[in-house]
Amino acid sequence: MDNLQIATPEIFLLTATCVVLVIGLFLKPEQIQLNYWMAQAALVVTLIMTTSQIGDEAMTAFSGAYGIDTMSASLKSWILAVVFGGFLYSRDYLSERQIARGEYYALGLFGTAGMMIMVSATNMLTIYLGLELLALSLYAMVALYRNNSAASEAAMKYFVLGALASGMLLYGISMIYGATGSLHLNVINEVLAGGNERSVGARFGLVFIVVGLAFKFGAVPFHMWVPDVYDGAPTSVTLFISTAPKIAAFAMLVRLLVDGLPVLHADWQQMLSILAALSVIVGNLVAIAQTNIKRMLAYSTISHVGFLLMGVVGASAEGYSAAMFYAIVYAFTTLAAFGVLLALSRDGYEAVELDDLAGLGKRNVLLASVMMLAMISLAGVPPLVGFYAKLSVLKAVIGGGYMWLGIIGVFMSVIGAFYYLRVIKLMFFDEPVVQSEVGTATDVSAGLAVNGLALVVFGIMPGLIMGVCVAAFA
Amino acid sequence: MTDSSSIILSLTIWLPILGGLIIIALGNAKSRPLALAVSVLTLLVSLPLYFGFDKTTAAMQFTEKAAWLTSFDINYALGVDGISMPLIILTTLINVIVVISAWEVIKDRPAMYLGSFQIMTGLMVGVFSALDAILFYIFFEATLIPMFLIIGIWGGPNRVYATIKFFLYTFLGSVFMLIALIYLYIEGQTFSILGMHSLELGPKQQFWIFLAFLVAFAVKIPMWPVHTWLPDAHVEAPTAGSAVLAAIMLKMGGYGFIRFSLPITPDASARLDGFMIAISLIAIVYIGFVALAQRDMKKLIAYSSISHMGFVTLGIFIAFILIGKGDTAGVALGIEGAIMQMISHGFISAAMFLCVGVMYDRVHSREIADYGGVINTMPYFGAFMIFFSMANAGLPGTSGFVGEFMVILAAFKTNFWIAFLAALTLILGAAYTLWMVKRVILGDVANEKVAALTDINRREFWMLAILAVFVLLLGLFPSLVASVMHASVENLVQHISISKY
Repeated sequence: MDNLQIATPEIFLLTATCVVLVIGLFLKPEQIQLNYWMAQAALVVTLIMTTSQIGDEAMTAFSGAYGIDTMSASLKSWILAVVFGGFLYSRDYLSERQIARGEYYALGLFGTAGMMIMVSATNMLTIYLGLELLALSLYAMVALYRNNSAASEAAMKYFVLGALASGMLLYGISMIYGATGSLHLNVINEVLAGGNERSVGARFGLVFIVVGLAFKFGAVPFHMWVPDVYDGAPTSVTLFISTAPKIAAFAMLVRLLVDGLPVLHADWQQMLSILAALSVIVGNLVAIAQTNIKRMLAYSTISHVGFLLMGVVGASAEGYSAAMFYAIVYAFTTLAAFGVLLALSRDGYEAVELDDLAGLGKRNVLLASVMMLAMISLAGVPPLVGFYAKLSVLKAVIGGGYMWLGIIGVFMSVIGAFYYLRVIKLMFFDEPVVQSEVGTATDVSAGLAVNGLALVVFGIMPGLIMGVCVAAFA
Repeated sequence: MTDSSSIILSLTIWLPILGGLIIIALGNAKSRPLALAVSVLTLLVSLPLYFGFDKTTAAMQFTEKAAWLTSFDINYALGVDGISMPLIILTTLINVIVVISAWEVIKDRPAMYLGSFQIMTGLMVGVFSALDAILFYIFFEATLIPMFLIIGIWGGPNRVYATIKFFLYTFLGSVFMLIALIYLYIEGQTFSILGMHSLELGPKQQFWIFLAFLVAFAVKIPMWPVHTWLPDAHVEAPTAGSAVLAAIMLKMGGYGFIRFSLPITPDASARLDGFMIAISLIAIVYIGFVALAQRDMKKLIAYSSISHMGFVTLGIFIAFILIGKGDTAGVALGIEGAIMQMISHGFISAAMFLCVGVMYDRVHSREIADYGGVINTMPYFGAFMIFFSMANAGLPGTSGFVGEFMVILAAFKTNFWIAFLAALTLILGAAYTLWMVKRVILGDVANEKVAALTDINRREFWMLAILAVFVLLLGLFPSLVASVMHASVENLVQHISISKY
C-alpha cells in the first residue's frame, strides 16, 4: 500500500459522495438545497487537493495500476472545476423540475470520481473501471427525469449503445492482453517495442479499442447516439455529458494509445485521421440543418471531437498538448453555452429551439453576451481562446504532414462559423418573441460572467493553459 | 525578453480598445463626449508616428517586442515602416470623423455603437503594426466581430444577409492564410513577418502560399470576382460602418499584398502577375460599367471602391513586368501609386459615404431617383458633394488624381494596352460619379421632400470640411505621404527583384 497518498483526492471524493447520498435520504423536501451545497463543498475540497498535486513528481500506486503525473493532476483539476460550474448552472433548473434529489448530485459526483480514475489509470482494467463508473452514472442521470418520455428514451439509447461500446473496448483490451500478457500500459509498451510490433493480435485489439474510444467520443461514424441523447436528456445532464467527460475521454485516449500502444502509432494515426476528417465534415454540415439548439450543439460537439482527434493524429508531443488544450477549452466553452440555456429554461419552460434565443440581447444582456463569446470561441475566431485551440491543433496536424486534414479542418470551420453566427444573429439582430426579462440568481450570473470572461482572458493570455499542456507531454 | 524602443504603437492600439470597453460599460448617457475624447486622444497619440518618423531608413521603427506565447514562439512584436505608418494615421483620423458623424444620428444603444468603433480602431491599428504573423492574423480576424455586430444591429433592412455574407466571405479567405502562415512557420521556425521575408522557398511552395494569401487578400480588398460581399455590406451598413469599411478595412487587403504576398512569394507573384493584372483590369473596367448602372447611391460608391481598388492591385502587380525590363524606378512608381491610391481612397470614399449619410438622415432614401436639385436647398452640402465627387473621379489637384496618375504612368512603361484600359477608368469614373451628381445635386428641385431639406449643420460641416482639407492637401502636396514611403518601397523593390531560388 505504498504511495497511497496520490489517490487521496479520489478517496476523499468517494467518501464525500457516500456521505451526500446517505444524508440526502434524511433531508426534508424544504432542505433539498443542502444536497447541492454538500456536493459543491466536496468538489471544492477535492479541487484544492488535486491542484496541490500539479507539478509533483510522477508516481504510481496500487502495484502500478494507478498513477499521477502533470497531465493527470491538471486534467483532474479542470474536470472538477467544470463539474463545479455545471452543478452551479443546473441547481435552479433541477429544483424546478423536482429532480434535485440527493441522487442527482451523488450520481454526478460518482461520475466525477470515475473521470478522475480514467485520467489517472495506468492499467487497462483501471481505465475500464473508471469508464464504467462514469458511464453508469450518466445513464442513471439521463433517466432520472423519469416523467419525461424523451429522457427515458434517451437513457435507453445511451445505455444500449454505451454498453456496446464498452464491450468493444473490453474485447480490444482482452486481445491486447492476449498478445502481450499484461494489462499494465508500460509493460504492454515494452513487450510490443521488444520485437512484437507486428503482432496481429495486438493490432486486432487496437481496432476494437479505437472503435470503443470513437463511440465514447461520439466520432463519426460512431456518433449516432450523440444528438438523440443530447436532445432527450434534461439540459442539465446534457451539460454534464458534453463537458467534463470529453476531458476524461481525451485522457483515456492518451493512456491507451500514446502510453500503451505508441508502437502501433502508424496504425492508429491512420484510423484517427479518417475519424477526424469524417467528424468535422459530418458534424459541421449536419449542424447547419438543426433547428433545435441542443441538437445543434450535439453536432457541433461531433465536429470539435474531430478537431481534438486531429491533434492526436500528428502523434507528436506538440500534437498531444494541442489536443489537451483543445479538450480543456472545449469543455469550459460548452459549459458557458449550456449554462445560458439552463438559465433560460425557467418556469417549466425548456429553451430547446433556436428561436427561443431570439432577441435575448434585449431581454438579458449578460446571458446574451456570454452566449455570444461562447459561440465566437467555438467558431475559432480570435481573440477568443477557441482560436488558439484550433491554431495549436492545426499547427500539430500540418507539422505531422497531414496537410489535407488541416485544409479540411479549416474549410469546415468556416461552414461551422455559419451556425454559430446564426445564434448571435438571433440574440442580437432579431426582435424578442417574449418580452419578459430573464432573471438569474446572483451566483449563477456571477458564475456565467466569470466563465465568459475566462474565454476572453485565456484568449489574451493563452499561455496560462498552454504552458501546463506543454509540460504534460514534455 | 522585452525589447522596446517606444510604446506609441501599443498606446495607439490599446487606448481605443480599453476606451471602447469603458464606453460600453458606462452606458449611453455620457457615451458621445467620451467617445470623442477617446478618438481625439488616440489621434494625438498616433501623431508622433508621423512627425517622429525617420524617412531615411527602410527598417521598422517604433518597434516593440515581448514574448507572448512562448510555447508557440509567438511574440507581441510591433513596428511600422513607410508603408504601414500612413495607414495607421488614416485609421486614427477616420475614427474621429466616425464619432462626429454618429453624434446625434445613432439613437439606439449609442454606447455600444461608438464603443465598437473604438475597439475596431485599435484592432485595425494592430493589423497595420503587427510584425508577428499570428498577431497580424489575430487583429485581422478580430476586426470582423465588431463590424459584424455594427452591420447586424444598426444596419438596413437586409442587414442579416449582408453581415453574415461579409463575415463568412472574409473568414473563408483568411483561414487559408492561417494555413499558409503555419506552413511558413514549420519551414522557417519563426512567425516573424520579417523572418518570413527572407525565407528560401521553392517554386511549388511559393505557388501554393501565394494562392492562400491571394484568397485572403483578394476577398478583403476586394478583387473581382470575389467582391460580391462588398456592395451588400456597404448598402446595409450604417453610414459610419460603410465609411470605415471602405476607408480602412479594404486597405488591409492591399496592405496584405504588399507586406505578405510580394516579399514572401516574389517568384510566384512574378509568375502569376499576368493573371493578377488581368483581374485588376476587369475590376477597373467591368466594375466601372456596373457602377454606371446603379440606382442606389451607396451601391454606386461601393462599386466605385472596387474599381479603385483594382488600381491598387494593378499598381502592385505591374511591378514584375517592369522588373523584367530592369526599370526599378517604374516599379517603385507603381507601388507608391498603389499606396497613395489607398490613402486617398480612404479619405474620399469615407467622405462620399458620409455625404450619402447626410442625405439619408433627412430623406431616408438612398435611391438616386428620389433626389434632384439638392443644391437648391442645401448649397453648402452640394458644394462638398460636388467636390468629393470630382475627387472620386480623379480631378487633378485632389488626392484622387495622384495615385491614379502614378499607376497609369507606371502602366505606360509596361504596355500601352494596360495603360489604356486603366486610363479608361478615369473616363468611366467621371461618368458614373458626375452623372450621379447631376441627377442628385444639380437641376431643379425634384419633389417636396427635397424642397423641405435643411442644409448641413455645424457638426456635419466640420466633419466634411476636415476630409476636404485632407483631400486637397494630399492632392496639392502628395510628397506629404510619398516622402515617408520612399525608403521602404525602394527596399521592397530591391527585395522582390531577387529570386528566392
